[in-house]
Amino acid sequence: MLNIFGSIAKGATAFAAASLVAGGLSAASAQDTIKVGVLHSLSGTMAISETTLKDTVLFLIDEQNKKGGVLGKKLEAVVVDPASNWPLFAEKARELIAQEKVAVVFGCWTSVSRKSVLPVFKELNSILFYPVQYEGEESERNVFYTGAAPNQQAIPAVDYLMSEDGGSVKRWVLAGTDYVYPQTTNKILQAYLKSKGVADEDIMINYTPFGHSDWQTIVSDIKKFGSAGKKTAVVSTINGDANVPFYKELSNQGVKATDIPVVAFSVGEEELAGIDTKDLVGHLAAWNYFQSVDDPANAEFIKSWQAFTKNDKRVTNDPMEATVIGFNMWVKAVEKAGTVDVDKVIDTLPGTEVANLTGGTSKMLPNHHLTKPVLIGEIKADGQFDVVWETEDLVPGDAWTDFLPGSKELEADWVDLKCGNYNTETKKCGAAS
Amino acid sequence: MILRNIDRTGWIFLVCVVALGVLVPVLNLAVPAGSFFHIPDYLVPLIGKYLCFALLAISIDLIWGYAGILSLGHGAFFALGGYAMGMYLMRQIGPRGVYADPVLPDFMVFLNWKELPWFWQGFDMFWYAAIWVLLAPGLLAFVFGWFAFRSRVTGVYLSIITQAMTFALMLAFFRNDMGFGGNNGFTDFKDILGFNIQAGETRAVLFFLSAMSLAGGYLLCRWIVTSKLGKVLVAVRDAESRTRFIGYRVENYKLFVFTLSAMIAGIAGALYVPQVGIINPSEFTPANSIESVIWVAVGGRGTLVGAAIGALTVNAGKTWFTGVLPDMWLFALGGLFVLVTLFLPKGILGTINSGWEKTRRKFRSDGSVPSGVPDAAE
Amino acid sequence: MPGFWTPMTLAPFRRLALTLLIALACLSSPPGARADAVDDALALFTTDKFNDTATGIQALATSGHDNALTILRAMTDGRLFYDPAGKTVFYRDAQSALFDAKTGAAAAAEPAGLKAVRLNNRLRTALEAARGGLALMDPDPDRRRTAAEAVFRSRDANALPTLTTAIGEEKDTRVRTEMERARAAILLTSSGVAEEERLAAVDTISGRATAESAALLRSLPADTPQGVQEAAEAAVTIIEGKLAFLAAFQNVLYGVSLGSVLLLAAVGLAITFGQMGVINMAHGEMVMIGAYTTFMVQDIIRNAAPYLFDYSLFIAVPAAFIVAGAVGIAIERSVIRFLYGRPLETLLATWGISLILQQAVRSIFGPTNREVGTPSWMSGSLDFMGLSLTYNRIAIIVFALMVFVALLLVLKKTALGLQVRAVTQNRRMAAAMGIRTDWIDAMTFGLGSGVAGMAGVALSQIDNVSPNLGQGYIIDSFMVVVFGGVGNLWGTLVGALTLGVANKFLEPYAGAVLGKILLLVAIILFIQKRPRGLFALKGRAVEA
Repeated sequence: MLNIFGSIAKGATAFAAASLVAGGLSAASAQDTIKVGVLHSLSGTMAISETTLKDTVLFLIDEQNKKGGVLGKKLEAVVVDPASNWPLFAEKARELIAQEKVAVVFGCWTSVSRKSVLPVFKELNSILFYPVQYEGEESERNVFYTGAAPNQQAIPAVDYLMSEDGGSVKRWVLAGTDYVYPQTTNKILQAYLKSKGVADEDIMINYTPFGHSDWQTIVSDIKKFGSAGKKTAVVSTINGDANVPFYKELSNQGVKATDIPVVAFSVGEEELAGIDTKDLVGHLAAWNYFQSVDDPANAEFIKSWQAFTKNDKRVTNDPMEATVIGFNMWVKAVEKAGTVDVDKVIDTLPGTEVANLTGGTSKMLPNHHLTKPVLIGEIKADGQFDVVWETEDLVPGDAWTDFLPGSKELEADWVDLKCGNYNTETKKCGAAS
Repeated sequence: MILRNIDRTGWIFLVCVVALGVLVPVLNLAVPAGSFFHIPDYLVPLIGKYLCFALLAISIDLIWGYAGILSLGHGAFFALGGYAMGMYLMRQIGPRGVYADPVLPDFMVFLNWKELPWFWQGFDMFWYAAIWVLLAPGLLAFVFGWFAFRSRVTGVYLSIITQAMTFALMLAFFRNDMGFGGNNGFTDFKDILGFNIQAGETRAVLFFLSAMSLAGGYLLCRWIVTSKLGKVLVAVRDAESRTRFIGYRVENYKLFVFTLSAMIAGIAGALYVPQVGIINPSEFTPANSIESVIWVAVGGRGTLVGAAIGALTVNAGKTWFTGVLPDMWLFALGGLFVLVTLFLPKGILGTINSGWEKTRRKFRSDGSVPSGVPDAAE
Repeated sequence: MPGFWTPMTLAPFRRLALTLLIALACLSSPPGARADAVDDALALFTTDKFNDTATGIQALATSGHDNALTILRAMTDGRLFYDPAGKTVFYRDAQSALFDAKTGAAAAAEPAGLKAVRLNNRLRTALEAARGGLALMDPDPDRRRTAAEAVFRSRDANALPTLTTAIGEEKDTRVRTEMERARAAILLTSSGVAEEERLAAVDTISGRATAESAALLRSLPADTPQGVQEAAEAAVTIIEGKLAFLAAFQNVLYGVSLGSVLLLAAVGLAITFGQMGVINMAHGEMVMIGAYTTFMVQDIIRNAAPYLFDYSLFIAVPAAFIVAGAVGIAIERSVIRFLYGRPLETLLATWGISLILQQAVRSIFGPTNREVGTPSWMSGSLDFMGLSLTYNRIAIIVFALMVFVALLLVLKKTALGLQVRAVTQNRRMAAAMGIRTDWIDAMTFGLGSGVAGMAGVALSQIDNVSPNLGQGYIIDSFMVVVFGGVGNLWGTLVGALTLGVANKFLEPYAGAVLGKILLLVAIILFIQKRPRGLFALKGRAVEA
């Protein structure tokens, strides 16, 4: 009894020792590979979006290894499942960096997961590539943001809708899921719209819980709001799961894109794969990439991706492109630095340029954000997007928005200022005096 | 006096926990990194987290195993304790936040709030936050229990409304307007009582405190369940109406133990937050509460020690599986739950105990049974 | 509606001739320039610029070309193509045969590199307006009505002469009402119209109390005479009063619709949990299995028999019942039957099962959403006196009630139901009477799971078909069952509808999030008042 019990009670310690040995062994045997951590949820609520990104990283590593790896070494993926559980994200990040000794981590989708792992990356000094559009208001030394900042998605989309081509919209519904990204984006948009002379009564803001599935009341409110005689549009920051019922309700209540267009920032090809888009034709999305972009690099990417997944219907989307850009940048920076040493790679990354999949060249800026084109796409009947507008030049990502008090004075520059939140008024980096 | 009521299992458990609490920090800090006996840094907060879960499991076992109250919302009390601690830690960040506001936490700055809401006042003082770690879950449990036990809400009805309670709290804390950081919750803590929260020494102390709290929580619960109060609780569990007819004010007993259990859960949450580095509304999800009930069932309901063992086993398994079998680990975890219910109905510890009892009885009843002869009664 | 119109009648030809005449009248250039105008218009479609296309649509609409409507229709449906090399425009018909746009003759050979003429929302609006003007003379009354509605929305003053002629010609009163509304809308929004005409227009518009009418009357141009404005304001007040009343009624409808979703999700649980006492955490996964069965059925139909697609749900309902029911029976036989009398342990085991089922579905079908199509008869909405309820919601309400009644009949009127009730009331007595209780247990659990599967078919129409589908409904389902009273199907019905309606009345005032929180708190308080739900079981079983 005593023995049995003892071994169970010490289970945690025994496990610790076992994993220590395992860790030591794999570290010893893995001298000739470079480990790349993949921190995307494979179960739970976010698996629906994140699993694809895990596959993307595996695909990129596979491709890179076919080309001979990096610095003459093969890349080795270390995949873990943080299970859409935010504390588990921090735990798994720690495991990847401290135990598996990965050189870089690609991961996270939600803002909260990024916030959860941030202290870990700072403490253990590693690199995270974050591939999803987000609310901005952050620039950290250890994180590279390859998704869109608000000025690379939200503001151009609103500009487009205000233009003649977009329908000269005068009245706005800002509908979102109640969490940080929509809240911040809507705050920025509200300030921006007001600066463009839109009156308060022409803006309606609505928040819903995660996974909201009964949209009858809200869609009928939108219809009512839109019938006031001015051209109305919906700016949707509704999160993943809730979109399908939202669009289904829209199409059933007969809200057509020609009456009230909906422009979404979180709806891409993957999300549309779950909806019958016949009745959604004309609704919009703003991204930095669409699968339908006519570009040889993109065609090549789609082809090899579909070959890799052995599924010729597998779609691509914007966060995937952001992952591709991030991965290629890391490879390029490592080759330039000649080492996977974290500090050297972090210093090398700003200024690195790689081709994106829309025919341009994205550059990593000193604030750890990218220059990206902004595209507006209209939903087509086949679930793809038709690009109806794009910015002429690449837009540099702005970590701190110019439309919020408290944020507009801040600036991020990791090259000269070595600071993520430099206050241009007090001339100080954050609180460091 | 407390120590007198501890049985052999309890002693082993206490010794193990205290040893763990001392050895892990020592092996982490004092033994050089190359040594076989060195415990790597990342394991300290990880095992510390398990210990907090174990304390939560003990608090659940106290009410479920001994008073028959199945709470499917105990994660809420855990999270409230965590939030109270999180508020203190947020205030400690001070001007080191990204917006460098001396008073307001970052999320309030970008929500454009101008001053600290009233319910945040005072949380810059540790003792005040510490009081709320106990008070917030305690008050909620008291009010909730006062209504529920008085109205004689029992069984599954009680379980479901505790679930409704934690679900409602989750939705409420998700709201940014609540002033608790919305979905992101609190994160990026800097220091606690002036010590850098990421320093190995701070971690070691937190770990030690978690182990001590677990031991202390166990002692307290053990003392309660072996006291006369504990006997009444067991009577309530087994025959509530009968106990009431005998003349006991059942609801008062239940209310006391429910509130106490919530406060222990709150302490567990408060210790959990600085070690994990984040507290957010997902701690309130009903799934989390259900899972912690499952730890108790896996370890063995009504044994206290079993609850802790269940929490440690399931969480260590989860850590291991999510790393080794990222695509399949839910099968393993789900399978574990099903198999334990089917084949170990008394949980791990219960099964071991009854196996031990059986062997002992066999030896006592017939000390001269030659080995190898099957017992006909089995 | 091909049956409506026979070639024998002369009317269509007269209409066609009239269209041409009107179109000609609109032209400022001499008829000789017609061909050039069309050429110019078509050339604008080949530049792949939205601005050019917009000008082209305008030009084509006023060109009076015989093919104009065909071309515009093809463009709307994305069947219009151009050859970037030869700068010629083609359209395809429904059978995807290629025709030259200008001549309407079948194209000899398909040029390489054909590109579709691209559209955006602005062009779609322009197309709708242009087609509206042209289609007012269509032989098909439905098309004429749609055209009139399009004109009402576009308020395109160019369509006024055509519209006036069309009203004179119109025999169908419903179509004529629409046309008169369209005409009134144009009159109200253009300047230089006589006051009495405007007043009449206000009357016409306010005849229908809709939000659009109110919007139109509110946004009159600046030169509107005082009297007209006052009349419009008075009309708006009346319309808004009606609308407010309708809104309350609408809330009830939405509430019933939400309630029926809750009822569907919960009614299976009312059996496994309510009747059998199994705290079935895998209930949501049974719903999910039903939804995935729908996906499978549709997938097979799409590949094997596309013409059956509109009936796919009728096939999916029994299929989902059988699949989910079979899974339920398998779970009961392999796990739950060992746990009777230990209800709280069923919670543990079924939670494990739910994890396994979720991951299994994720492994088989992938983590992303699966597309479940909506049959055409379930698309769109029913508009009745300014109320609108979508057909799929109506279908779900009807379906939920049917399922409920069917279940009630099974339990009350069949031998199986009798035995189920006997076993839940007194297992040992039932066994003594010769009922095979373990078989009944399996059947009951299978029935509850099967009903959950049928709910999945309905939910696939309004929600994501993803591995997480069930998780979203499990808590609500438990709330409904507990609120209504465990062990009572009627309680579940009343509970679901009450919660649905209450939710919809709270939502406009408190918002979706706060509304839900308030409702949960209300349930908690209600349980204090009635610890055993709305319809409590009475008798000895209560204390068991």
